[in-house]
Amino acid sequence: MRSFLSVFAALGLSASPPLLAVTPAVDPVNNEISISLEQEPQWLTTIKATDAESSIVLDHITEGLITRDVDNNLIGGVAERWELTDDKATFWLRKNARWSDGEPVTAHDFVFAWQQVANPQNAAEYAFLMRLFPNGAEIIAGEMPPETLGVEAIDDHTLVAHLVTPTAYFIDLVTFISFRPVREDFYRAQQGRYAADAVNMLSNGPFILTEWVHGASMRMEKNPYYWNRDAIPLDAINAPYITEDPNARFNLFMDDKTAIADNLQISAMKMAMQEHQKLKSFSDGTVYYLGFNYREGRSTANLNLRRAIQSVFDAAEMTYKVIGVPGNLPAYTLFPRWLKGDDGQSLQAQYPPRKPDLSVERGREYLAMAKQELGVEEIPPLTILLSDQPQTAKQAEYFQNVMARNLGLEIRLDKQIFKQRLAKMSAGDYDLVMAGWGPDYNDAMTFADLFTSWNANNRGRYSNPEYDALITEALQITDQRRRNQIFARIQDIIFDDVVIIPQYERGFIYAQDKRIDGVRRYHTGGDLNFNYTFIIDEDGSRGVPD
Amino acid sequence: MGAYIARRLLSGVITIWFIATATFFGMHAVPGDPLLNDKAVTPEIRANLERAYGLDKPVPQQYLIFLKNMLQGDFGISFTQQNRRVNDIIAEHFPVSATLGVLALLFAAGGGIMFGALTALFRSRMPDYLIMFLVIIAVSVPSFVFAGLGQLAILRLNSLLGFSLLPVAGWGTVAHMLVPALVLGLGTMAYLTRLMRSSMLEVAETDYIRTARAKGLTPRRIFFRHQLRNAILPVVTVLGPAIAAITTGGFVVELVFAIPGLGRYFVQAVQQLDYTVIMGTTVFYGAFLVLMVIAVDIVYGFIDPRIQVSKSLS
Repeated sequence: MRSFLSVFAALGLSASPPLLAVTPAVDPVNNEISISLEQEPQWLTTIKATDAESSIVLDHITEGLITRDVDNNLIGGVAERWELTDDKATFWLRKNARWSDGEPVTAHDFVFAWQQVANPQNAAEYAFLMRLFPNGAEIIAGEMPPETLGVEAIDDHTLVAHLVTPTAYFIDLVTFISFRPVREDFYRAQQGRYAADAVNMLSNGPFILTEWVHGASMRMEKNPYYWNRDAIPLDAINAPYITEDPNARFNLFMDDKTAIADNLQISAMKMAMQEHQKLKSFSDGTVYYLGFNYREGRSTANLNLRRAIQSVFDAAEMTYKVIGVPGNLPAYTLFPRWLKGDDGQSLQAQYPPRKPDLSVERGREYLAMAKQELGVEEIPPLTILLSDQPQTAKQAEYFQNVMARNLGLEIRLDKQIFKQRLAKMSAGDYDLVMAGWGPDYNDAMTFADLFTSWNANNRGRYSNPEYDALITEALQITDQRRRNQIFARIQDIIFDDVVIIPQYERGFIYAQDKRIDGVRRYHTGGDLNFNYTFIIDEDGSRGVPD
Repeated sequence: MGAYIARRLLSGVITIWFIATATFFGMHAVPGDPLLNDKAVTPEIRANLERAYGLDKPVPQQYLIFLKNMLQGDFGISFTQQNRRVNDIIAEHFPVSATLGVLALLFAAGGGIMFGALTALFRSRMPDYLIMFLVIIAVSVPSFVFAGLGQLAILRLNSLLGFSLLPVAGWGTVAHMLVPALVLGLGTMAYLTRLMRSSMLEVAETDYIRTARAKGLTPRRIFFRHQLRNAILPVVTVLGPAIAAITTGGFVVELVFAIPGLGRYFVQAVQQLDYTVIMGTTVFYGAFLVLMVIAVDIVYGFIDPRIQVSKSLS
C-alpha cells in the first residue's frame, strides 16, 4: 500500500500542469475575465487554421489589414486606408503597427503570410482563397513557386494585391484569418514549430498568448506594442477550462468561474432565468437545409418528388416545435436574414423569399406525377443521412413521420459520425441529407456558389447551366445592385427547382455576466470576441449601452 | 520467476503487435479519412494534404512505415492538433488520467472491499440489503449521469455556502480531483462490492473456516485473518484490468469536469479519425493493459503463497 501511495504521489507531482490559481469570472482589481473554451484550438497559425476555436483565439492575438469594430463595422486594422479597383487592392499600412517584440508590421509580412497559405507544402485548406491573386491557382497546384503570388510590397508600408477578377467583397474577405500577417524571420526561426506553443508565437493583435497548457488552459494578456492599445479595455483573458460539454460550461458560469456560457440547453435556460442572469440570443449565421442527391438513378433527382416533399414540409413547425430552442429561426431561403441588400435593408427584406404553399393534397398530386415519371408503383424507401447528434436525430425522426403520414413515403435514417457522414456525402451514398452551411465571408456569394456544378461542396451534384451562368456573371462584376438581382434569381431557382429545402437558421441563447459588456459576436470568423469587452464599474461609470 | 516474467513479456509484445495491426487496418477500413472536413477542398489542395500526411502512399506501405516508427517509439504527428507529436500528447495527458485513475481506484478498491465484507458480515440483514440496493444503482446508472449530478451537487453546495468549497470543474489541485475520482470509481466500486460479497460467502463455507471456528479462534481473527485474506484474491485478479479500464475509461468524466486527460484525446481521435493519435493511444493503452495484467499475476504470488509461478513452470 505504501508503494501504491508513493506511485500516486509521483504521478501527482509529474502530472499536474502548473498549479493555476482559480480565477474568478470577472476580476475588476486585475481587470481580467475568465471564459471556457469548447475545444483545444487545433491550429493557432493563421496559415492553417480552419476550426472555430482557433479563430476565436487568433482574432485576439492577430490583426489583419481590415478588422471590425464592436458593432461589426469594417474599420482599418493594420491598414490605415485602402482602395479597391477592379484589378487590384492597395493598402497603406500604419507606421505604428507593431509585433509583440516591438518590430514594425510591414507589407512584407503580409506578402510572406499569403505566399505560405498558397504554398502546397503547408497544405492549407483555405489555400483556395489565394486563387484570387495572379498565379495563386498554379502555386497551389505546385506548378509555380510561392514567391510568384500576385501580391507585392511596394515599400514597407504599401501593399498591392492584384486581383484575377473584380472581387466586390474583397475588403470584407480580407478580415478573414488566412489574410493575417506572419513575419518571415520569426517563422523560420521556429524550425517547423511555429505556433506549436505559446513561445513559438508572435502577435500583432490586441493580446498576446502568454500561457498555453495543451488541452487544459490558456491565458492572453494585453499586447503592450499593439498600436491601438488604449482602445482595449481588458488587461487579460483567462481560459482555464476546455470542455465540449455545454452543461459543464454552464455550471462553471453559474459557479462564477466564467463570464459567458454559450449554447444553453432548455434546463440551463430555466435555471439561469430563476437566478436572474442576463440571457441573450445570437444567430450564428448558419443555414440548415435538407439536401438531395441528384446522381443518376436516385429518385430524389426527380423534380416532382422534391416538390411533393416541399409541399408538406413545414419549416416553422420544425423550428418551433421540434427543435424548440429559442434563437433558431425558420428558413425559407439559402440566404440568411443577416445578409445585407444594397438599399440599406437586409437582402431578405429587399427580395423576400417565397414560402411553400403547404398542402397535403398538392403534395400527393406531385407524388403521383413523380411515380408516373419514374415508372414505379411505389417510391422505394429513401435514405436520409444525418449526424450522430441527438438533436439532429429528433429532426430526422420528425421528417420521417411527416413524410410517412402525408405522402406514405418510407424514410430510413442513416446516422453516421462526423467523418463517415462526410465520406458518404462525398461518395453520394444517400438520397437525402440533413446538411448545413456556415458563411466564410460577409457576402451572399459565400452561400450562392454552393450549388454551382464546379463546387466541391455541392455533394449532391446538382447541375443547372442557368445557375452556373448567373454565378459566373456575379463573380465578375462589382455592381452590388446587379449582384443582388442575381442572388434573388438564384433564390427563385432554388425554390422552383427545389434544389434544397431550407429548414432553419441556427441560433442559440447564451448567458453573459452582468458585470461585463462589449462582447462582440459575428456570423463569420472568430465568433466571441473580447477585444472591446470591459468590466462595468460598481458605480456604472463606464455605462451600460443597453 | 525471471524466466516467467520474460515469457509473459514476450507474449505481451506479440499481443501489442496484434492490437496495433488490427487497429491499423480496422481504422483504414472505416469509411472517411482524417482529411475530410465540413468544407470540401479542391482536388489540388486535397493532393497537397495527402502528400503532407503521407496518405498518398498505399496502405501496406503506410503500415510498414508505421511499424518502423513504432519500433523507434515514434507515433508521428497528430492530424488534428497542429505540430503536436503523439508522444507528447500521451506524455502530457496520460499522467493526468493516471492520477485521476489511481485516486478513483483507491476509492473503488477500498470501498469495494469494505462494503463487500460488510454485506457478507451482515448477510440477509438491513446493511446487506441497503448496500446491495445502492450497488445495483451504481452498476446500472451510466457514469455521465453521476458526473452531471456530481457537478450539479458541487454547484448547489457552493451556492448554499456562499463560497467555492470544491471547484465545479478544472484541474490542478487535489480539490479538483475528489468528486471526479469518486464518480469515475463508482462503477468499479459497485462491481468489486458484489465480487467481494460472493467471494466472502464462498470462503465462509470452506472447511478451514469451520476448522478455525472449531478450534475456538475469535470471530474477529477468523474474519480478518482467514476469511478476508482469502476472499480478497478474486478481487486482486480483476484489479489489473480494472486499473486499465479506469485510467482509460474516463472520457465522460474528463469531459464533464474539463480535465485535460488522455481519455478525451482517445475518444476524439476516433471521432476525428486522427490516424496517428488513434494508433498511439491504442497501442499505449494496449501495452498498459498487458503490463497491468502481468503485474497482477506477479503480485498474486505474493498475496497467495500457494501460487508459485516459478515452480509451476519448471
